[in-house]
Order: sequence, then C-alpha cells, then structure tokens
Amino acid sequence: MTVANALVGSPIERVEDLRFLRGRGQYVGDLNFDDTLHAAVFRSPVAHGKLISVDKSAALAIPGVHAVFTAADLGDVIPYIPMRLHPLPELEPFWQPVVAYDKVRYVGEPIALVVADSAAIAEDGVDAIEVEIEPLPAVMTKPQAESGETLLFDKKGTNEVLGYRGYRGDVSIFDTAPYTRKERFTVQRHTAVPMEPRGLLAEWDAERQHLTMWGAAKVPFFNRRILSRLIGLAEDQILLVENDVGGGFGPRGEFYPEDFLLPFAARHLNKRIKWIEDRRENLMAMNHARECDCEVEIACDLKGRILGLRGRGVVDIGAYMRTNGAVGARNIAQFISGPYRVPNMNYEVGMIVTNKTPVGTYRGPGRFEADFFRERMLDMIAEDLGIDRVEIRRRNLVTHAEMPYRMASITPFDADDELDSGDYSETLDRCLAEIGWDEKAALNGKEIDGRYHGLGIACFVEAGGAGPKEFARVTLEKTGDYTVYVGSAAVGQGIETVFAQIAGDALEVPMSRITGVHHGSTRNVSDGFGAYHSRSTVMGGSAILDAVAKLKDMIRAEAGRRLNCSADAVEIVEGTTAIGPGGRSIALAELAAETDLSVEGSFINKRLSWAYGAHATHVAVDAETGHVEVLDYIAVEDVGRIINPLTMTGQIVGSIMQGLGGTFLEHFKYDENGQLLTGSLADYMLPTASDFPKVRGIPMGNHPSPMNPVGAKGGGEGGIFSVAGVIGNAVAAALKSFNVQPRDLPLSPPQIWELLQAARQSPSSPQ
Amino acid sequence: MKLPAFDYACPTTLAETISLLASSNGEARLLAGGQSLMPMMAFRIASPSLVIDMRKLPGLNRIEIDANGVRLGAMVRYCDILGDERLRTAHPLLVAAIEHVAHYQIRNRGTVGGSIAHADPAAETPGILVTCDAEITVLGESGTRVIAADDFFIAPLTTALEPGEMITQIRLPAWPAARRWGFQEFSRRRGDFAMAGAALFLDRDDVGLIANAHVGVIGVGDRAIRLPQVEAILNGATAVNDAMIAEIEKTTAASVEPFDDIHSSAAYRRSLAGTMVKRALKSALA
Repeated sequence: MTVANALVGSPIERVEDLRFLRGRGQYVGDLNFDDTLHAAVFRSPVAHGKLISVDKSAALAIPGVHAVFTAADLGDVIPYIPMRLHPLPELEPFWQPVVAYDKVRYVGEPIALVVADSAAIAEDGVDAIEVEIEPLPAVMTKPQAESGETLLFDKKGTNEVLGYRGYRGDVSIFDTAPYTRKERFTVQRHTAVPMEPRGLLAEWDAERQHLTMWGAAKVPFFNRRILSRLIGLAEDQILLVENDVGGGFGPRGEFYPEDFLLPFAARHLNKRIKWIEDRRENLMAMNHARECDCEVEIACDLKGRILGLRGRGVVDIGAYMRTNGAVGARNIAQFISGPYRVPNMNYEVGMIVTNKTPVGTYRGPGRFEADFFRERMLDMIAEDLGIDRVEIRRRNLVTHAEMPYRMASITPFDADDELDSGDYSETLDRCLAEIGWDEKAALNGKEIDGRYHGLGIACFVEAGGAGPKEFARVTLEKTGDYTVYVGSAAVGQGIETVFAQIAGDALEVPMSRITGVHHGSTRNVSDGFGAYHSRSTVMGGSAILDAVAKLKDMIRAEAGRRLNCSADAVEIVEGTTAIGPGGRSIALAELAAETDLSVEGSFINKRLSWAYGAHATHVAVDAETGHVEVLDYIAVEDVGRIINPLTMTGQIVGSIMQGLGGTFLEHFKYDENGQLLTGSLADYMLPTASDFPKVRGIPMGNHPSPMNPVGAKGGGEGGIFSVAGVIGNAVAAALKSFNVQPRDLPLSPPQIWELLQAARQSPSSPQ
Repeated sequence: MKLPAFDYACPTTLAETISLLASSNGEARLLAGGQSLMPMMAFRIASPSLVIDMRKLPGLNRIEIDANGVRLGAMVRYCDILGDERLRTAHPLLVAAIEHVAHYQIRNRGTVGGSIAHADPAAETPGILVTCDAEITVLGESGTRVIAADDFFIAPLTTALEPGEMITQIRLPAWPAARRWGFQEFSRRRGDFAMAGAALFLDRDDVGLIANAHVGVIGVGDRAIRLPQVEAILNGATAVNDAMIAEIEKTTAASVEPFDDIHSSAAYRRSLAGTMVKRALKSALA
C-alpha cells in the first residue's frame, strides 16, 4: 500500500547524483558530433576606444581556419541584446550589441568570432587578428563616471543610468528623531563562478530551415524569443536544448553576445559549430555583479526602534545594461529594510556605466549588499544606544500579527510587495540556540592565544517564486508509469528529485514510477520561465500539481467512458487502476495504450513568497595577519514547506560558502586603464572546502506559503544574504577594543590589518 | 586556453637533451612536472617551438642522503620529498616547507627543478635553497657548473641559468641533529603562494651560544633572501627573550623590500614578514 504524501518532506537522495558521481553527466562540452567546427572569440584588448578596423586576413590564412565573422559580416544593422527583467525604455540606449562595431567599452568585449577545425586553431586565428582601436580614456571609478568628462555612450550625454527608489511614509521624521546615524559602505565587484563555464553547440539544418542549439540554461524559452527576433527566425524554427548544467547562480544562461554569434555563424556556414568558454574569458565575459557604494542613514527612538531609513547608493553596472543588469540596484532599494518594520523610507539607488565587464544578477542580487549595510548599522546603533544586539533586532522585526506587512514601494517598474507569513522570532531563536549565543557571549572581544573572538548575528528575508507563470506537462505512459515535463530549468539544484517527489505524492505513486523529469529544453512544454529568483520549486512544483489534477480528470473521464459510468464515479487507486461502481476496474496502462493521456498544467503567481531566517557566526581574528577564521557558522531559514531537507540544506550551505567567498576572497580588480588584473583562479580567489570547514544550514518549515498550493517558499538564496553582515558584525565584536568597524568588502587580511592600523593611530581609540 | 602548436621531444639521455637545447636557439623549453609551463602555454604567455620532456631522463628523480647532505635530482617531485621518511630527520625544514606547496595534485607532479627554474619569489623551494646555502648543479654544452643558491635566483622568473643549460641536481648541506628550525608562511587560502613566509634555523656553538643562524624570507621582494641583520642579532646570544624577538620582528620588517601588488600593500607584507619570522623563531625555540 502506498502511503500518500510520503515523498514531500523526506530526505531523499538526489536522483541526479548517480549519473554525476559515475561521470555520466552530459554537459555541452561532452557533446561531440562529427563534422563539428570550433569557435573562439576575439575580444577587445582595450577598455575604451573607437574601433577603426579589424584585419582578419592573417587569421584566414591559417590552415584550418574556415571563417572570421566581424560586425561587417552581420549586415547593416547590428542587433542589440534586449533586457529580460525590468525592460524600461530609458535603459535601451545602454544595451550591448552582439558584436562591437563602432566602439569597444570593456576588455573582453567580443569583436570577432573565428571558426576553425579545432579550438586550438581557432585560438591561433584569434592571435592573428589585427585590430586598430583609437583609445579613449577609460572610465573606471565612480567619480570618473559621474564627472561625465568621458562618456561611454555619447548620445546619452551622461554615464548615469536611471535610479530606483524605495519609499513609504515620510522621511521628515529625520528632522525630529532623537537619534540618527549615517554610514557609507562599499561592496567589491565579484560574481558567481560556476564550475562549468558557458558553452554552445549550434547546428543549422538548411533543408528544414531549423536551428538547434545545445548549451541552453536557466531561461531557454526567453532566450529563444530573443534569438528568434535577433536572427530573424520564427520561434518554432529554433530548438534550444538544455544539457546538464554545472551551476547557474544567476550569470549562467542569460543571453550573451555568443548566444547570437554561434547560431549566426552556424547558419551562415551551414555547419555545426561548438564554443566552450575557457576560464579566462569566463572571468571577463560573463556577468559580474555586486559593485556598489552606498550611504545609509537610520533614525531611531532611544529604545532602538527604527523611525526611518534614507540614503543613496550607486551601483557600477559596467559597460552595458545586460538582460538583468538592473536587478541589483533595484533590490538594494527594496531589501535595505529587510525583515524589519521601517515606517518611513526613501532610499535611492542609481546606476553608472564604466569601462568594465557588464553586470547581472548573482545569487541574492542586491540583497547580499543591502543586508551587509543594514545589519552592520543595527550593530553600530545598538552599541551607540547601549542596547543588546539581539534585542534591537527583536524590537524591529515585523511580527507574525503584523502580516501581511506592506514593504516600501519600488519605482520605476513599480512593485508593492508584502511580507506574507511566518514568525521571524522563531528562526532568530533557533539560530541563537544553535550557535550557543548566550554561552559564548563572554568571548566577544576576548583575546585567546593571540586571536580575538567575536560573535555575529543577522536576520534576513528572501523573496522567491517570481511570476508570472510556469508550465508543466504530466504524461501517463503506456507502461503505466508517469513522465513529467517542466518549463523550469535545472542548473544543478536538484529539481529532478524535488519534482519527482511532488509529482509522486500528487499521483500517489512511488518515485520509481516517475520515469523521467524533463526540464529546460524548449520542446517539452508550450512555454517556460526558467530558473531564477528561487522560483523553480515554487512555480514548477505548483504547475505540476495543476497538471496532475488535470491528468486525473482526464483519466477519470476516459475510464468512465470505458466503464460506462460518469467520470465522477471513477476512483483512481495507487495511480495504477481506475475503479468504477460495482468494483469494475481498468488498468491505467490499458487506458494509456489506446488514448493519449498527457496534459499540460500551469501556475500563475499572484504574489512572491517570502522565506526568512537568521545567520550567526563565531570568528577568531588574528590581529597580526588580519586573518579571520570562521570557527562556526549557522544559517536557519524557514522555507514554508521543505520538499527535501537534503537538497534544501545543500542550498543553504552552498549559498553560505559563496557568501564567504564574496565576503573574504573574491574581487575583480582592474588597473586604471581598464585591464582586468584578476583573470585567473589564481588571482580571483574562490573559497575552498578547507577554508571554511564548519558551515551549517538548518531549514525549517513551520509556516507554509499561503501563495501557492505547494506551500513552498523560494529557498535558493537565503544562505548568502546575511553572510557579509554577520561576518562584519562578528569581526567588529572581536575587535571592539580597537573600535574597528568593517564598512568595505572584501574583509581580506590586508584590509583587516589596515583597519587595525588606522584604529591604532586614531586618537579616539583606547589602544 | 588551448596550447599553441609546438614540437615535442622525449630524450632518454642528458647528452641528447643538451644537444636539443643547443640546437633550438633558445626556443626550446624543458618540461619537468609542467605545473608552471603548461598553464603559461595555455595562457599563451609562453610559446616555445620545442618542448623537451624530461620524464625519461635517467637518475634525475633520486634523493640521496649522506654525510655531505641531501642531494635532490631535478625531477624529484614534492610528493617524493613528503614520502621519504629519511628526510624527516635528514632535512626537517625542507619537509616542513614542502608541506605548504600548493595542492595534493600539484605536489604529485611538481618538481624541485621546475620550481627553481621558474623562480617565483613566493615559492617555498627557492626559499629553502637560499636559506640553507644550497648548491645547484647545472649542465650545459661546456659541461657542469655549480651555482650557489644565492647567486642562482636573480629576479622574478629570472635565474642564472644560461641558454642551453639545464638543472640536474640540488645539494642541501648536511643537517646536524641538534639544529633548531622553524617554518611559517601566510597565504590567503591553503595552497596559495605565500604573501610572506619565513624559514630559519640555528645551531649552538661549543659554549652554548647561538651560532650559524640562517633566516630567510619569501614573498616579500623580487626573490627569496636571507636577512643578515636578523641573523646578527641571534648569533652569539645565550637565549632569546621577548625583547630580542620584538627587535627581530622590527628588524625584519625594516630589512625587506616588498612591493605593492594586487593582493596587498607593501606595508602589509613588510609587517607580515616580521610576524612570520617571529612565529618561525618561536616555533624553533619551542
């Protein structure tokens, strides 16, 4: 007897893992067809300049080089890549062309595509291209961009892109507030570095006039729409295929210049062409993220209750506005208030263009940054007002009784979101208990064997489940088993497992009877929206429930017809047999053998889901080297309903690790001429397992989302939000005798050392 | 990051290797463990016309220990050093330093000869060689010559090796059993190149005074160097007290000449060098 609803909530091992662990994953780089040519991209060696000429003759003379494509080969009008999220007309002048033609604006911008017999020969071709660029001054800093002395986009007349504003109430409260504090914070440029770089394999079938491209990820349906427009093919002439994907995290899978250049070249040459991004170009060509400089001012009463928040920040978006390049700025404006009651707010976040790699979303876009600022400020305010650091958070957290709680409005692309459900004190309490907050309180600021110990705490909310909708198809196979198709995409998060659990429970069958969960590729369902904004489980899972309900109706109707009774009188037992009045029955496999039993369902989202939680850490700071050891780290997140505690815990732990990388290690550095100085993994430092061995994640599921039938809330990002804030707070607590206040990331050893040096020289310092 | 085209040779004798080097007009590169050369070729920073693979050359992978010290063939890998039990007493400082080299996979392939030919200022092997007065034997068309480690390392990625020469052997002078030593380095992550590191040892003379102090630092200048000013403070002392350690830390910071680079300021590295020497000294005396 099958136990209904036994799968959702169980720690089921990932069905994907067997093939990955056995080396049987199939990534785009693993695809090898006969007669495939290989491409390499010639990228601008100069950050800013007028593109005078490209001489490809020497490259074409190399044996094995088939073609070199430049802007001149694309026709009179060079296509521009449109925005996927928040496409405001004001942002259009900043879009990126699929290949540079009049100007180059960052080191790494594609200028030409070389197609050759092998990737090595294609690289030889790249080396042989001669380009003439009349250099222009590189705009590398905020003051340079804001001065407008050198413009990236002459016609626009400014390097400043529109700004976002989060607002509610009246910030004139600052005139009368008994206490205010203003601080300035910065976050350094860094980004996600998926283990698998990008890759594409494009094939043109001249006879069918049909394009197939492997290597799609994250948002294949949307990218097909863009490609269809840019390349002049109907959508049904294009198939985008999602293979296994070695990590998404935001940047992977968005539409980049190569997503046009590869299929264009394949169609032009009538050949299969493969391009696998190498790590050097990955670090200079895929979206960067996070770089911002923000001033935050908070007004409180003397009990630490927030009366208002205001300020202005600037996000450096690099050289162009990419598909989702505005999300970081927008989210800083929205998430600066976090899980707290902020009755009056006016927070503006502008964007500037500079001669650096363009930015896009990276796990927790804008939230990692905003949470760093806000949680650091809460600790500073608590100290000023003599209030306990936990207590000031308790006094300001939105309570269960206040929900749904309307957050500040966001404009442009207006949104009014509400914190939907939950009890924020529960995750805070659990987090404090897990870290041993009370027992370890005496360690704050204490020196033990030359290292100073400190604890940190921070709270967050995570929005997830972005709409507008998602699609799923469920098919009853002739074997009596079921197959699931979804528009959500897999980027390594384990959706084959999670969707099989959801479908299995809904169909009342064991997972072994879900014989496949197919996702991502544009052929499975009529439309799909993909993997971003912690939405796959929430949206795809809900669409599966709809499809299952419809499939059951279809089965009952068909069984009723066969059993000569009404559909209402049919009962489906164990997903195997349809039973009518009087015990007459028919096997579902038998039904499927004669009738096509497959149906598409969808889910349309009204509101976002709001998961929430808290992070805590215990660190030890070596005041001589500036090294911070993370002795313990815990994040607790209530995700509404936990579909699979194993994968959910993995999401939290992985997020924390990425956050620690962004807090301590990862930094894209440029010189004043716009050359990227950290173009390999030797200089762009990722966290490794031995750097942060003690990281724990605890998912909770006490408050299911009222916004979707699964009850799930997006949980893919909450592990990263608070990392910089809680580490900054712990470092400040450790070094409180020096009055060190981290305000700028990354907290590298030299940076901590410089802060200590400055504190020692400051006359106000007790040391 | 695909290699440019090149010719490949895999000679089986030193004579053949030397003759290949000589006939290449300086366009050939020797391939030992490939842990520096291969990435440089993949980045197309190095494009040799000929790569001469050393893996079949006889005798270069031997570790020999006798009264004259420790002799390491140029093809001895880091994992060979870590796996040789004899070295834990024959040269504990070398073993301690090599434990900090990169990662498991790299230690399985990387060689001491490759490391010193590459001459990274932050690398451990050159640091140990300079600190310990090692001698480097090189072979060329005109025969063998022996170069003192201090003369061998000239600048980042620059050595005294002449075109057509190859490293065959390293000799570290014999290690007295009673010698005290310390090794410390600080890197951003486990296995990264050191931001600063210190290797040191001290002996006692007949009357118990500190003698023969050798103090070397890596990662804080254009090559590994010894610090004679610090050694002078130690030599002749009866004991090392806190005031002396503080003086040594200060003298170290004042003696080194690090640069600003993308990872840190020179001031930070200067201070870090002092900290590393201090900690190495404390561990030597512990």
